[in-house]
Amino acid sequence: MRLFDQARYAFIENRRKAYAVSGTLILVGIGGMIFNVFSIGSWQDYGVDFTGGSLIQVQFHQPATAGQLRAALGGSQAPPITRFGEENEFTIRAPLGDDTVETIRVRFANQLATAFGNDAFTIVRTETVGPKIGAELQRNAALAILFSFLLTMAYIAMRFELRFGLAAVIATAHDILITLGFLALFRVEIALPTVAAILTIVGYSLNDTIVVFDRVRENLNAKGGRRLDPVDLLNQSINETLPRTVLTSGTTLAVLGALLIVGGAVIRDFTAVLILGVTIGTYSSIFVASPALLEIQGRFGDGSVSRERKKRRAQATA
Amino acid sequence: MFTSLRGRIILIIAMVGVSIGYLVNRGIKLGLDLQGGMHLVLEVYDPDGTMTAEARADAIDRSERILRTRIDQFGVEEPSVQKVGGDRIIVELPGIGLNDESRAKDLIQQSAFLEFKLVLPVTELQSALGRIDRQIVAALGVEELRLLGRDEEGSNQDIQNLIFGGQSRDSTQADSIQADSTGVEEEPEEEHQSVNLSPFTTLLLSGDIEGAYLVATEDVEVAERFLALSEVQRALPRNISLHWEADPIGLGQRTYRRLFVTEEDAFVTGEMLEDATAQRDPQFNQPQVAFQFNRAGGRRFSNFTTQHIGDYLAIVLDDEIVSAPVVQDRIGASGVINMGNAEMLEAADLALVLRAGALPARLEIMEERTVGPSLGQDSIDRGRIAGLVGMVLVILIMTLYYRVAGILAVMALGVYLMLVLGGLSAFGATLTLPGMAGLILSVGMAVDANVLIFERIREELILGRATRTAVDEGFAHALSAIVDANITTLITALILFQFGTGPVKGFAVTLSIGIVASFFSALYVTRTFFLVYLSGKKASDPISI
Repeated sequence: MRLFDQARYAFIENRRKAYAVSGTLILVGIGGMIFNVFSIGSWQDYGVDFTGGSLIQVQFHQPATAGQLRAALGGSQAPPITRFGEENEFTIRAPLGDDTVETIRVRFANQLATAFGNDAFTIVRTETVGPKIGAELQRNAALAILFSFLLTMAYIAMRFELRFGLAAVIATAHDILITLGFLALFRVEIALPTVAAILTIVGYSLNDTIVVFDRVRENLNAKGGRRLDPVDLLNQSINETLPRTVLTSGTTLAVLGALLIVGGAVIRDFTAVLILGVTIGTYSSIFVASPALLEIQGRFGDGSVSRERKKRRAQATA
Repeated sequence: MFTSLRGRIILIIAMVGVSIGYLVNRGIKLGLDLQGGMHLVLEVYDPDGTMTAEARADAIDRSERILRTRIDQFGVEEPSVQKVGGDRIIVELPGIGLNDESRAKDLIQQSAFLEFKLVLPVTELQSALGRIDRQIVAALGVEELRLLGRDEEGSNQDIQNLIFGGQSRDSTQADSIQADSTGVEEEPEEEHQSVNLSPFTTLLLSGDIEGAYLVATEDVEVAERFLALSEVQRALPRNISLHWEADPIGLGQRTYRRLFVTEEDAFVTGEMLEDATAQRDPQFNQPQVAFQFNRAGGRRFSNFTTQHIGDYLAIVLDDEIVSAPVVQDRIGASGVINMGNAEMLEAADLALVLRAGALPARLEIMEERTVGPSLGQDSIDRGRIAGLVGMVLVILIMTLYYRVAGILAVMALGVYLMLVLGGLSAFGATLTLPGMAGLILSVGMAVDANVLIFERIREELILGRATRTAVDEGFAHALSAIVDANITTLITALILFQFGTGPVKGFAVTLSIGIVASFFSALYVTRTFFLVYLSGKKASDPISI
């Protein structure tokens, strides 16, 4: 079986359409972030890992509704309550307020016990993070993303050429921006695993981009490669790697799909973010990374001019 | 030696064998999110930031040792106490559910500072009560006291009167107490305004024993607030301290707590303990903790008890009195703490913390994560099913698309999986929930490497190369893409490891091991299987790819 054998799609020629698609996605995402700033006071729905506070997962033995739970925890004053996977399971996300890490869970357990009775529920999970740790985690997550950016760019610049590194980072930033936009739009809770998911997207997107760039590098260094029209060169490289791109992304998405369906509620968000990221990463390796390479080359040259100049200078000094 | 076909096969079999060996003998450590348990991050309590970095580091060092001793005896399997970054301790207790949570936290946070002090008759404090009351009025103001409901006049009264006389408190003895004239820093105006207010004294009932007042349970909070005032602490007579008894007592319809008057200095402390064990009092069958002093402590204890036969002795644990027996006789190097109606488990825990020693500072919980065992099991089950479904999908796609070559790739993936699991086991890495996702992702990377190679081989075949040349060229051409892709992902994983905590770190470790294994699997194992597949063929025979 062969998919996209001898494909000859005009990807690069259609790059402006891709820019429009990407631009729209990014703008919608930024709109979501701005909307969040006004409605929940923060551009993303940060979980307790980052804001500090307590996440309490409670499982009722009898049918119960979020409304009952909300009433028991203070009605309109109640912290956000979400149903978690199963019918009678809920998570309560409470800011620390006047409580400390040590008292908050006890307070909620007591409130629940007063309202529903001691034997009506089981607390199956609690995560309580103090404000100091929360701030630290936030800083570390930002640093992790920043450093992985810098180091991978440096690596690609070293293995390829600087413009490849730049183009790869642009594609990756594009993916992260769109992913963050979706997260903001759907108010996905940003927890520690979500950061891991975003960094995985960084890795995956780079992986895809590198495979295409690897082919570009090869075709460029082949006999007569430097004399080829850049648009043709890029198109040829993308089309040559298309079967691999489709097969790998397809397999990864199939596995992630399985994880999404049977993996359970705990990692559902995590998996959804990965699926989104893999899809965008695949798209960007074709429609963003290579066009970015072209644009950089168009504006700043491909280095051949300066190389010529250097050669001439070297000859002159000799 | 590992480049010949036989050498390659031997190496692969050996590595799989070692992996299986590790898996069988050591298994894979599951993270607390998977097996259930409790994860605590502790720091030295220092809200004002007055401790020097050195003092904090020292306190953390000593706390870590003491916590380790306490937790080792706590009875959970494979607990972990880890110092992180010089000022933090991470405690992990697998299997501790939300039921044992508070017991575990007590065990970790209790300072367990044990002191033995002489109980003094309350008359030692009586002379200072007026001064204390005036200091409270001065510090809080009449208005605040009114809000607290403590703007009354009067003195302390006898519990016997209260219970048997049935009088209300402010009706008696309104003017008896102002005998004290030694107060130095009194201000006359203050004196005029609130001359007769005695917010503290009126809380105190002279009690059933001469060394302690009684305070109604509902008044304890207010009394504690008064006593916490620094003005009040200064107004206490020299070498006197006040301690609450830990457990309330019931008298008549109401419950009270004893407020003991003791000498400030302990004559012996828990530092001189050598051993402590929980046992049952042979007479009343109540739990108690028997302790044993070391030689110096024993000498002090025996000297003290010789001098104080008939006096009360306060056993003070973390500022509260756990027991206050009368010294009946000279006691040598050992004694008991009676635990009253407590559970045997509490006695056992007390003995444990006493044995392990007192914490040098209060530890504050900065982060707490607890997962019940059933939730963890559910995650494992679901992860396993997801893994199986994913595996079947990969096998289907690869064999349908690449036929025999696909089967070779699937076999190589099997080897890869063994190596990753064996690697996790060998490095003692912890498999967390995000870690399982990382594992699945690295499977994706491993598949990708194979796809890259196979696509290249197909291209070479289309170009008309002979089978064997095409395979060699395919591997050679795919190499650079595989190397670069794996290294960049590895960079990300290592950064995650550096900045991540807990579950994210688990993800980074799994991903790193997965990438290295996938690299080896694609370039070495798949190649070897290809060599086996090609070994019976002529250079021009077709292959199924």
